[in-house]
Amino acid sequence: MTRTDLIVSVSPHIRQNMTTTAIMWTVVACLIPPLILSIFIFGFQTLIIALISVASCVGAEAISQKLLKRPVQIRDGSAVITGLLLAYVIPPGVPVWMPIPGAIMSICVTKVIMGGLGFNIFNPALIGRAFLVATYPVAMTTAWLVPIRDASIFRYMGSSVDAISSATPLMVLKHDGMAAVIEKFGSLSTLYSDFFFGFRPGCIGETSVIVILIGGVYLMYRRFITWHIPVSVIGSIGLLTWVFGGETLLNGNPLLAVLSGGVMLGAFFMATDYVTSPNQKTGKLIFGAGVGALTVLIRLKGGYPEGICYAILLMNPLTPALDQWFRPKRFSAGAK
Amino acid sequence: MVAEITAGNTVTTFPKGGVHPEGNKHLTDDLPIERLPSPQKVCLFLKQHVGDPCRLAIKKRTDKQPSDALLFGRHSGRIYQQLVVKKDRVMEGDLIGCIPGALGANLHASISGYVQGIADGLHPLMGKSPAVVITIDPEAKPTSYSPVDWRRFSRQDLLNRIRNAGIVGLGGAGFPAHAKLDVKPDVHLDTLILNGAECEPYLTCDHRIMVEHASDVIEGAKIILRILGIQDCIIGIENNKPKAIEALRKIIDQNGTASEFKFVVKPLAVKYPQGSADQIIKSVTGRIRPSGKRSSSISVMVQNVYTTKTIHDAVVLEKPFYERVITVSGRGIAKQANLLVPIGTQLSDIVTYLGGTSADLAKIVVGGPMMGYAVSSLDVPITKTTSGVLFLTHDEIDAQTYGPCIRCGFCLDACPMGLEPNQISIYVEAGRGVETAPFGLVDDCFECGSCAYACPAKRPLVQFIRLAKIRIREAEKKKEKQK
Repeated sequence: MTRTDLIVSVSPHIRQNMTTTAIMWTVVACLIPPLILSIFIFGFQTLIIALISVASCVGAEAISQKLLKRPVQIRDGSAVITGLLLAYVIPPGVPVWMPIPGAIMSICVTKVIMGGLGFNIFNPALIGRAFLVATYPVAMTTAWLVPIRDASIFRYMGSSVDAISSATPLMVLKHDGMAAVIEKFGSLSTLYSDFFFGFRPGCIGETSVIVILIGGVYLMYRRFITWHIPVSVIGSIGLLTWVFGGETLLNGNPLLAVLSGGVMLGAFFMATDYVTSPNQKTGKLIFGAGVGALTVLIRLKGGYPEGICYAILLMNPLTPALDQWFRPKRFSAGAK
Repeated sequence: MVAEITAGNTVTTFPKGGVHPEGNKHLTDDLPIERLPSPQKVCLFLKQHVGDPCRLAIKKRTDKQPSDALLFGRHSGRIYQQLVVKKDRVMEGDLIGCIPGALGANLHASISGYVQGIADGLHPLMGKSPAVVITIDPEAKPTSYSPVDWRRFSRQDLLNRIRNAGIVGLGGAGFPAHAKLDVKPDVHLDTLILNGAECEPYLTCDHRIMVEHASDVIEGAKIILRILGIQDCIIGIENNKPKAIEALRKIIDQNGTASEFKFVVKPLAVKYPQGSADQIIKSVTGRIRPSGKRSSSISVMVQNVYTTKTIHDAVVLEKPFYERVITVSGRGIAKQANLLVPIGTQLSDIVTYLGGTSADLAKIVVGGPMMGYAVSSLDVPITKTTSGVLFLTHDEIDAQTYGPCIRCGFCLDACPMGLEPNQISIYVEAGRGVETAPFGLVDDCFECGSCAYACPAKRPLVQFIRLAKIRIREAEKKKEKQK
């Protein structure tokens, strides 16, 4: 007599209390503090840009999954992460519709067409940014805002970008040198503290080192990410900048290099993306070092002052190869 | 080497992977073993072990008159003695099925009564499988056994007694015990490992055996050591069973150091799958079995503590293996228990005895929650290798549907063998299971389920791996045919 009310499935019958959805929404929660802070740094429009970005990413995912007759899985939160990260790597002074084409590129082309969650080769948010830099180069490289240091968070609402644009410290450094940076942003110590708390021109979510660190360390504490990628990205950028970044060898400023230009956001939240980074420790360290090396190369020799976005995108396709080269050590390999 | 282990009382473990599921052993670990009143009917499968199914006939014996339970039958020119036929009266412990060829185990009646015939029973693993069905004779007297001194037996006598008793490995696989113990003379062994890890959540039958029958376990281990011709025995027990550790240590201390055998009890870290052969060998001796080789290649033999107790009963009492202790647990049954049941007892009899199942019962698992089998009927009988029956409610299981692999790598951290369940599953999903052979799953994966336990996407990784193994086996067979 078979009972139809019983569930029959292959072992194991108990599961760890952790789901894909829970991981994704935890990452979303860790990404919220930079957004809140950005409202106080650049004004209320950053929230609007982020909301439009998230809404267009989620919408793009729902529509494209519908069109491809796949189950709609917007609830897993991965499109929300992409939306937030895309907004975080956009300058705060861009028109508020700017994330929409980026979101379509991120979700439809980079993710859904490749096979959906788990099958994309490149980090979706970074492809979105690269696409926007290519299609709207002026807005994406000039719409920087001077941080607000009082409570007037609606100051920049509706104003034209040209009137208020600033330059990021890295841009000044690249074009005019260190002396110009000091002149424009005050002493080196003020600069460090501004970097640390986020009161400097830059993309929406990348400016504050401390809030990004809090989120990143929490993800490590929950064991969602490991230290390998962030440490090797930050370490290699610092080391290589110190060696090659100055006017002579061993004379660069590693601290400025790792605090600026989205290195923290990239190291903790983008380079650690499960799908587009290796699984194994050795692979992770090499991946991170590669990201760091390419970042420094782009900063010193390339046309962009930042570099980490393209560095991660260039390392992403190496992930399957790194996973294949650096396999887990088999238990039986320890046999004598 | 053993001296080194005796010195410290530290907890040891295996180095790689493993998971920490909720133990849930408190439900039953303090409940003494309780005897289930004999059920009305038992259903004894002809195959409950590794090897060929039992044969119901043996070659004619001329030395002795057949008892009234044994009748004659004729088969292809040879005279066979049919062990049982329909309507036969059998006593508890009577031989009803015998080792067919090279590998197998004897089968004995687990209750006194009448043979109803051979019918297809619902096997927890194999679907339908032929079984001898016996109904009870309530008037029959219980069989009694009296102990003898095993030390006067020769090695062959000891092995024969184990062989006659139909003992199989109770750790799960069900490999015939006499075949495992009959090692070839050229095999060098130095240590016997008694596996009392019992790392599966919920299960406490091995724990109760160690607590209540500690001296039988030690005595059984001595018998095994005698058969193997070695002195050293290490008993590995997970540290969540302090009573078992204490009980065994007490017996060992009573024996004193004068004994010809050396025993060491070694507490192990509570980590699943601590009780797997490879893991416990590494945990207690530091040795690692090379992939594809037997554990005798690194001079150790692992025996489950309950198997050892059963070997004691077979040798000292000459009692066949026809009843066993199982843990009945989970929150879906009115009363949890450690029950001594006749093999072949149907789940329905156990449920009735323990007061029925709850309304939110979601899954019945035969075995542990990590490696056991879900069944859909209470007609399923207990087999020799059934260590427990779990009645799990919706709150205790996870029946979420699975999603795509997000490549988080949790399964890589969980796998105790250092395999790549994520990659294997993706190959299988793409219909390329046959290409997964280089991942080493055929030799190394023992389907402990740690990967699937850890997977946040709830992917049925064990199922994917089993499919991959089937595809690889099919391809190998095809290759052989072409040759």
